[in-house]
Amino acid sequence: MRLGYPSSIRIIRVPCTGKVDALHILRSFEKGADGVYLVGCREGDCHFNQGNFRAKARVEQMQKLLEAIGIGGQRLQMYNLSSSDGPMFARFAEEMHQRILDAGPSPIRTGLKKIRETRKDQDRSIQAAL
Amino acid sequence: MIVADKKPIEEIIDYVKDHQNILVLGCNECVTVCEVGGKKEVGLLASALRMHFLQQGREVNVGERTLERQCDHEYLEEIRDIIDRYEAVVSIACGVGVQFTAEKYLSLPVYPGVNTLFMGANEARGVWSERCQGCGQCLLAYSGGICPVSRCAKRILNGPCGGSSGGKCEISKEVPCGWQLIIDRLKALGRMDDYEKIAPIKNWSTDRAGGPRKVVREDLKL
Amino acid sequence: MKPKTPSKLEKILTSGQLAVTSECGPPRGSDPGGIIRKAEMIKNHVDAINITDNQTSMTRLCSLAACIRLKLMGLEPVLQMVTRDRNRIAIQSDILGAASFDIHNILCLSGDHQSFGDCAIGQNVYDLDSMQLIQTVRHMRDEGKFLGGDPIERPPRMFVGAAENPFADPYEIRVPRLAKKIAAGVEFIQTQCIYNLDKFEDWLGKARDRGLTEQAYILAGVTPMKSIGMARYMKNRVPGMDVPDEIIKRLSGTPKEKQAEEGIKICVETIQRLKEAKGLAGFHVMAIEWEEMVPEIVEKSGLYPRPQGE
Repeated sequence: MRLGYPSSIRIIRVPCTGKVDALHILRSFEKGADGVYLVGCREGDCHFNQGNFRAKARVEQMQKLLEAIGIGGQRLQMYNLSSSDGPMFARFAEEMHQRILDAGPSPIRTGLKKIRETRKDQDRSIQAAL
Repeated sequence: MIVADKKPIEEIIDYVKDHQNILVLGCNECVTVCEVGGKKEVGLLASALRMHFLQQGREVNVGERTLERQCDHEYLEEIRDIIDRYEAVVSIACGVGVQFTAEKYLSLPVYPGVNTLFMGANEARGVWSERCQGCGQCLLAYSGGICPVSRCAKRILNGPCGGSSGGKCEISKEVPCGWQLIIDRLKALGRMDDYEKIAPIKNWSTDRAGGPRKVVREDLKL
Repeated sequence: MKPKTPSKLEKILTSGQLAVTSECGPPRGSDPGGIIRKAEMIKNHVDAINITDNQTSMTRLCSLAACIRLKLMGLEPVLQMVTRDRNRIAIQSDILGAASFDIHNILCLSGDHQSFGDCAIGQNVYDLDSMQLIQTVRHMRDEGKFLGGDPIERPPRMFVGAAENPFADPYEIRVPRLAKKIAAGVEFIQTQCIYNLDKFEDWLGKARDRGLTEQAYILAGVTPMKSIGMARYMKNRVPGMDVPDEIIKRLSGTPKEKQAEEGIKICVETIQRLKEAKGLAGFHVMAIEWEEMVPEIVEKSGLYPRPQGE
């Protein structure tokens, strides 16, 4: 359909959202992703029967965990659509993009920045001492 | 198997917040089967801990390892060469594993990462329920294979009590009345005469009440 | 049958007369005034007074102390004892304590689970169940020995009772359970309060057929309804309680100011009907927090005056 969607989004294709492990989600955030979302078939239409329900349960669990550790559960979302629904896909992308803009950069990135700066300061003071 | 449930991550963070090098140690047996302490859960917990500290601006080293079991010396020995890299262990095995690990590696704190609950079975995906409390004097032969100690909230041996209602225990509609189950089974087995036999006062000395228990098998000792 | 204990309740029952008992709940504090007042209100209309034991697991003044209080007032107490809160040592000890004050009646119960009460996160004991408690009291009385085997100096002489609920599930074992309690040594039974008379008479009939009404004295439990609210609560929220729709209809059709009076009427009608029941030995009137109505209920049921003395 050649509809546009924000360039901030990296797509990783999976045969079914049920294949997405909770660990994949967490590792994405750990490596600095500001947001993660899953797009699966409409509920009841899963090509593999229950895959999207399993994904939904995992997403809900991880949202709670992300909230508890201070990252923010709203950075993780799950969307359902029919596989031929291009406009919906683009809409979800815009929505997620906006949601993450509102949420700001992931606290992981700010944390990493802080760590780098602390190291830089430490190096500087070592240099100055030499 | 031993069934455990998740501990709130806030509690675990509180245990380890002052450490810089933490090992998350899993177990490949019971806690893997109840999806709370196996290799995958080790990965999830380690990642969550790392992220929590990262967003505070601290880079904490969280190692991951899953042993076959934490209740046997041989398997715990497998981490002897790496244990010195860490200041603390979060063991997500059952309470047995946490303690046995702590007994083996005396120089560092071993924190529990799950709440251990009971000996039970897997009724359905995601549902485990209690079946045995280890009273040490199994009377299942007399109760149609259903245990009045673990399945009756009052461990009544001559039940049911007057609170049994619609096959459910008085404490909750989610809990089946253990004695209703026993009676149904005795009926199905054609053994309702057993119902009127009075179960004698129980010897609880082999239960928790008798003190910490031990099994010594002389025929197996070297 | 000759009485085996000095119990006044046993004496009345063995004489073939209908017995009437009632109950008082101790206070949630240490003031004995309430117990004294309630007992004074009903003492001439009942043969014995039960004192409940931390009922519904709400911590109260203990049954033993309240029973001693009644005994010192010259009244006949029935010590209710649950196995939820005591191990066998405390059980035997409390039995001796009661016996030392010549308390001659005990009602053996398992007790409601502690999750109902004010200490829901506490431990429970259940070292024995109600059946085994019955056996224990009989053993202490008849063999004169502790459970451990040692002889008891001045064994307790207690008339042993238990509760039965003809309306609990599963119905099919309610009579076998009664038989079991009798085999364990129970001598009198107080039932859960009765609203479904047909079901009760069915249960009693089955007990009669097995000869159980000859082996133990069965007292029918009755409780007057104070209001339609109470009736609905008991129907829907109390496990093991059978309140037929006719009662609900009858009370809801009565104007609010007259509901209590109607409740008393229903209670009296129940007693009148059951007086004719073969095998029934008496009534247990439970009017918790409404003890002042007990005299009226007993009188209107034609059960007054109570037999006095020996």
